[in-house]
Amino acid sequence: MVRGITVLLVCQLAGEVTARALNLPAPGPVLGMLLLFGMLLWRGAPDWLDQVGQGLLRFLPLFFVPAGVGIMNHVQLMRAEWLAIAVTLLVSTVITMIVTAGALLLLLRLTAGREASRNATNHD
Amino acid sequence: MQPTMTDIWVYLAQTPLLWLTATLLVYYLTDLAYQRVGQWPLANPVLLSVVLLVVFLTVTGTPYQRYFDGAQFVHFLLGPTTVALALPLWRYAGRLRRMLLPLSGALLIGSLTSILSVVAIGRLMGVSEVTLRSLAPKSVTTPIAMGISEQIGGLPSLTAVLVIVTGIIGAVIAQELFDRLRVDDQAARGLAIGVASHGIGTARALQMHAEAGAFAGLAMGLNGALTTLLAPLLARLLGL
Repeated sequence: MVRGITVLLVCQLAGEVTARALNLPAPGPVLGMLLLFGMLLWRGAPDWLDQVGQGLLRFLPLFFVPAGVGIMNHVQLMRAEWLAIAVTLLVSTVITMIVTAGALLLLLRLTAGREASRNATNHD
Repeated sequence: MQPTMTDIWVYLAQTPLLWLTATLLVYYLTDLAYQRVGQWPLANPVLLSVVLLVVFLTVTGTPYQRYFDGAQFVHFLLGPTTVALALPLWRYAGRLRRMLLPLSGALLIGSLTSILSVVAIGRLMGVSEVTLRSLAPKSVTTPIAMGISEQIGGLPSLTAVLVIVTGIIGAVIAQELFDRLRVDDQAARGLAIGVASHGIGTARALQMHAEAGAFAGLAMGLNGALTTLLAPLLARLLGL
């Protein structure tokens, strides 16, 4: 377990250092995720890392709670407009989800069609 | 002299132990309730935990900073767990490689849709200009969103609230929305959730399906980078 959590923290630290050093707007953990992804492609995922990672991932929703409670400090900022803001966020989130999923399904079908026709011509 | 309940409370309220325990207990109970009601969307444990804790802190007059002194131990695990999102992503690396082009296209379209739709609908709903600027980066993780908000003249602290509310909305509606629309492809579900509602949505996607979680995590990371480039550009085009 110590080995697994150490690898995750080393990746996060490397991500933080990279973000600062290169002045990237990405947060350290997100860069750390891409870094670990690269390492996994190269070496695969050992069991001890997988176990710790999956164990943590099961509780990901919980880890957002302390930051979520932070809205209590700023919630008065939206007092005047809260209903308009709530409707805006809800509708925009629904639209974004539908458009993104729809775009991927459409593009998958288009590229699959092209690949199929390319394969067909290759066989001619 | 026997200590009163108030004395004990005054002592406990100062220690990290109380608020750490409260966070875990409230999450444990709300998650239990969520499973009991067959994962009814509005019983989402992140939503309920946040609401219950905010009410409790407000009623007891506890400042957020004191609460966070205890809760920070839970908050800290967000970093290494975000890194661990590489594990499910790696498991679906084969599929990822085959769909790199459609994925990039959908990501760009989704990122644009998120910014444009929130500004357009916000205008229709008559929200103020500074709120519109704070809304534009609402779909990306808090630190990125706050940076963008500041850059385009929004209020970063308002953006932080909007980001969290967006994440919770995404987590609450995702399953129901995709079930109704019969979107069964887990990659499409995950990508859409990650683009629209960042980490809080990703956490929900992981519970729905490992593949959805994998693509949500990737989408969250890439949409953060993309929105950093797109939001200032669109803000100028839209006259914000």
